[in-house]
Amino acid sequence: MAESTAVSVERSGIPAGLWMRCPSCGAMLFRRAVEDNLHVCPECSHHFRISARERIRQLCDENSFEERWADLTPTDPLGFSDKKSYADRLAAEQLKAGTRDALVSGRGFIKGRPLMLAVMDPTFMMGSMGSVVGEKITRAIEAAVDESLPLVIVSCSGGARMQESTLSLMQMAKTSAALARLDDAGGLFISVLADPTTGGVTASFAMLGDFIIAEPKALIGFAGPRTIWNTIKVELPDGFQRSEFLKQKGFVDFVVDRKDLRSELARLIDYCGK
Amino acid sequence: MSTTADLRHTLEFEKPIAQLEVQIRELEGQQTARQIDYSKELRQLRVQHTELLRKTYEQLTAWETVQVARHPMRPLFRDYVELICREFREIHGDRRFGDDSAVVCGLTRIGGQKLVLIGHHKGRDTKEKIACNFGLAHPEGYRKALRAMKLAEKFGLPVVTLIDTPGAYPGIGAEERGQAESIAVNLLEMSRLKTPIVSVVIGEGGSGGALGIGVADRVAMMQNAWYSVISPEACSAILFKDNSGASQLADSLKLTAPHLLRLGVIDAIVPEPLGGAHRDKHQAAHALEQYIAKTLRDLKRVKPENLLDRRYEKFRHLGEYTEPSSKRSARVG
Repeated sequence: MAESTAVSVERSGIPAGLWMRCPSCGAMLFRRAVEDNLHVCPECSHHFRISARERIRQLCDENSFEERWADLTPTDPLGFSDKKSYADRLAAEQLKAGTRDALVSGRGFIKGRPLMLAVMDPTFMMGSMGSVVGEKITRAIEAAVDESLPLVIVSCSGGARMQESTLSLMQMAKTSAALARLDDAGGLFISVLADPTTGGVTASFAMLGDFIIAEPKALIGFAGPRTIWNTIKVELPDGFQRSEFLKQKGFVDFVVDRKDLRSELARLIDYCGK
Repeated sequence: MSTTADLRHTLEFEKPIAQLEVQIRELEGQQTARQIDYSKELRQLRVQHTELLRKTYEQLTAWETVQVARHPMRPLFRDYVELICREFREIHGDRRFGDDSAVVCGLTRIGGQKLVLIGHHKGRDTKEKIACNFGLAHPEGYRKALRAMKLAEKFGLPVVTLIDTPGAYPGIGAEERGQAESIAVNLLEMSRLKTPIVSVVIGEGGSGGALGIGVADRVAMMQNAWYSVISPEACSAILFKDNSGASQLADSLKLTAPHLLRLGVIDAIVPEPLGGAHRDKHQAAHALEQYIAKTLRDLKRVKPENLLDRRYEKFRHLGEYTEPSSKRSARVG
């Protein structure tokens, strides 16, 4: 995938060069200019993938975010092994991403409004959901109920994590059941979808927002385009499974540029938050 | 015991068993044709056959189990309906888009208990398979299932779901009509449906497509069913870039009933006849009926106000991780 170079540079945190190429428009960009522009291409508005910490930095009022449940650590409950063991894979990802798993959660403020926030991290095993991600999301939802706070979850994930198999699958049920309780309690849940949001994440909490916001041109779907192609061998329509397509089909409320996300969230909280 | 397993459908690891079956049939034929008494030899062969079946099925690998779960002669949803339910009033459509034949819903009685029965149906012959899309449901299938569950809640009937799907259908129409949303909504609504729910994986429990009708008070698997976040082949396509890893990954995915019982994902294993449900669908159906009837009786005793809390807790505790700060490592089940 074209974005991968940009992501690998971004995730290492080391400026690999002063210049980078936009995978969408091909323009040579001054890296600093992209970073200062919220990791959006100044030429074509391509939204680069960003880590959970960068997302939180962008969304929350300065120094307002208190992380919770940071030390939840994945184990290898199944002794999973493909070409590499899951245990080794986890160790390598933790070293590379500098986080224990693929989600950062906590309490923060957006334009002075308090909220519970959970942000998936695409730099860790493509944001996949295993036990830790599912547990932290569930705790964030339960905290939103207990503390009567609006809940925002930013999804960015390839789906349920294969290496925890059915335990990953069960996180879909667990998080959705917690959202039912938030719903019963009259709590507000805004689901934000970034590129990509697919598989078991889309088929659980990501699609259950009272409001669903998507970043422009994000890939959002149940099955990935490759899976669909492998199954039906039919050319996929232009813009298929992109944010704008989902909005047209009635599954997304707003497609919002990254620069406007903060104010959009604040506005919705003002309308519906407690 | 029936030994009529169709030779055309003999799985690789079942070949020695099938050879014995051929021998038995030939000897039986000769006995009748030539009027010679082979009863002693036949008895010996039958003992050998039972022994071999037992040995083979005791040592099934995960990958072999997946093949048994997909056996072309394995009983399907409609077989169980026919064998267990005297009457089945099928309902149709999600009232939104259409009627998905991959998900079947209806009113019936099991063990004298009125209930709403829901299940995936894969189809037996080619025509039927195509009609119900090989058990790969579209969003309208999940929405029809939810409609049926809401009816059950309204009229105080328990819900029984029989899961047998390779997965939810990955196609253009399914995506356009919100495959992910339809499953997500079912997970949420099933978690708070105010009536008992029992789910049994009767064959294949393929990922979200299975879970979409699988959030229940009691979840069971037939002995040779599989249940996983992804099929071994699809997992291999991602991790090995081809099918070559399917057998190894079937092992890694811990998708068999005994593993999932240990992990707390399921509550019970419904026994199959020796050599798998495809050898004796009557016996398989009987065990399934027994399990459903007994479980519904048990759930009837749970106070309605406790039912939903217990269902929540059941899924709430699934997952495994460590948490150094709380000096507690959560474990499943």
